[in-house]
Amino acid sequence: MSIVIGILEEGLIYAVMALGLYITYKILDFPDLSVDGTFPMGAAVTAALILKGIHPALTLVLAFLAGAAAGCATGLIHVKLKVRDLLSGIIVMTALYSVNLRIAGRANVPLFSKESIFNNALPAKLPDGLAPYSAILILLVIVAFCKICLDLFLKTRAGYLLRAAGDNEVLVTSLAKDKGAVKILGLALANGFVALAGAIYGQKTGYFEISSGTGVMVMGLASVIIGTKLFQRISFVKATTAVIFGTIIYKACIAAAISLGMAPSDLKLITAALFLVILVVTSRKERRVKIHA
Amino acid sequence: MLELNHIHKYYNAGTVNEMCLFEDFSLSIEDGQFVSVVGSNGSGKTSLLNIICGSISVDAGSIQIGGKDITHMPEFKRQQRIGRVYQNPAMGTCPSMTILENMSLADNKGKPFNLRPGTNRKQVDFYREQLSRLGLGLEDKMDVKVGVLSGGQRQAMALLMSTMTPIEFLILDEHTAALDPKTAEIIMELTDQVVREKHLTTIMVTHNLRYAVEYGNRLLMMHQGKAVMDQAGEEKGAVKVEEILEKFNEISVECGN
Repeated sequence: MSIVIGILEEGLIYAVMALGLYITYKILDFPDLSVDGTFPMGAAVTAALILKGIHPALTLVLAFLAGAAAGCATGLIHVKLKVRDLLSGIIVMTALYSVNLRIAGRANVPLFSKESIFNNALPAKLPDGLAPYSAILILLVIVAFCKICLDLFLKTRAGYLLRAAGDNEVLVTSLAKDKGAVKILGLALANGFVALAGAIYGQKTGYFEISSGTGVMVMGLASVIIGTKLFQRISFVKATTAVIFGTIIYKACIAAAISLGMAPSDLKLITAALFLVILVVTSRKERRVKIHA
Repeated sequence: MLELNHIHKYYNAGTVNEMCLFEDFSLSIEDGQFVSVVGSNGSGKTSLLNIICGSISVDAGSIQIGGKDITHMPEFKRQQRIGRVYQNPAMGTCPSMTILENMSLADNKGKPFNLRPGTNRKQVDFYREQLSRLGLGLEDKMDVKVGVLSGGQRQAMALLMSTMTPIEFLILDEHTAALDPKTAEIIMELTDQVVREKHLTTIMVTHNLRYAVEYGNRLLMMHQGKAVMDQAGEEKGAVKVEEILEKFNEISVECGN
């Protein structure tokens, strides 16, 4: 039972990040590597602010904004300075390593003793039977909130334009809109979600750790691909919902690999191998016929 | 009135491959004119459209609309007054969005893209009516993704979408070239209808000499960055396909092919 709870908790935390990657990878078709830096950035922001005595829930909002600012940086480098998409992400990811150390003060910041969105008076108020699931319930609320916000956003005029930008840039120009600005907006939103996930992760584990972002991009992409591929034929499951399920399934696969005898130190190796398997199985060539009819 | 004044455009400037496309090229197009542009490959037809739309910059010269200089206006800002349909039917629509969503996108051109609903439900009947004009049955497929439509259907939608909001100029870049003859005919008829209805100043690049003769009230033949034939009004009305073909052959002989 505790394994299932663990999978669900981790899956739901990373689902928030996967929603962000869904924006860049699926909607904008932008391979955004800055994610590996914005995830720990969220944790750094939340750690620094909680230690300053700011309410844990408020730090989540501020972490989102910090991530969005980093996403803007990636976008500006790509759009205004005309640096290739992959390289813009790598530049920001590298720079964020130092920025995160500055924000947090050092490479490890424990938060165990502090109040967090998980560690407060609320679980005690729940009925006895529900107490072990308090973290899952809190996470469910957050994930549902993020998913609904994203769904609603994608139905607005700005959301339509974002989807158009990934689908057919030429059309965005034809609509008399700056396609560069739309890309920057998408990257800001996506990295906001990633940093939010990092902040939740930091509060859940009870510490900030500088290297917690390594490989999250691969993990997120794997989740997005699993989710969207598995559920693509089921029309009533929205892509955002599929991505959330994808993350949980992905986490279950990792947990299975570890329970089969792999050491926790092999985690990144498993992550990479699993991603490769997913990429090959879902065959990249059928991905997007692009705009050539 | 659209004016191109003393345009100079070079490709690969400063290298051994330097190629001069336009040298002191000037052209003015009256409001309400429908200009058909013909010419061999590489004669500067598409570059002309790209220069007007701002997709490529000029090395010297100025572009004016109604006396206002737009030479340095970015491409996306110029599109506020321009509708453009490309040769590739996929360029004018979003494949992963539904017909309804595509129509809504086009309808929102010129409005702020803010957090208001992307689709205005009150407009759905209007979109249906517009689509039914095409006679392709698209009005009953509002929730179908555009990516599954045929090239002709997409091009018809692209034409509809680019002319849905008030614009002054319609730029058609070989927009029937990728279509079968029958669909091309339908699209051409529709183009003519829309242009008349909305009094659009139109520039149409085409390789179909018959369309160039039948449609529009001015004919331009481009060759090596120059307009070697320019006939408007009654003169244009008298032009026959054979005459253009003859002129075409003359040019080609000069080139040695």
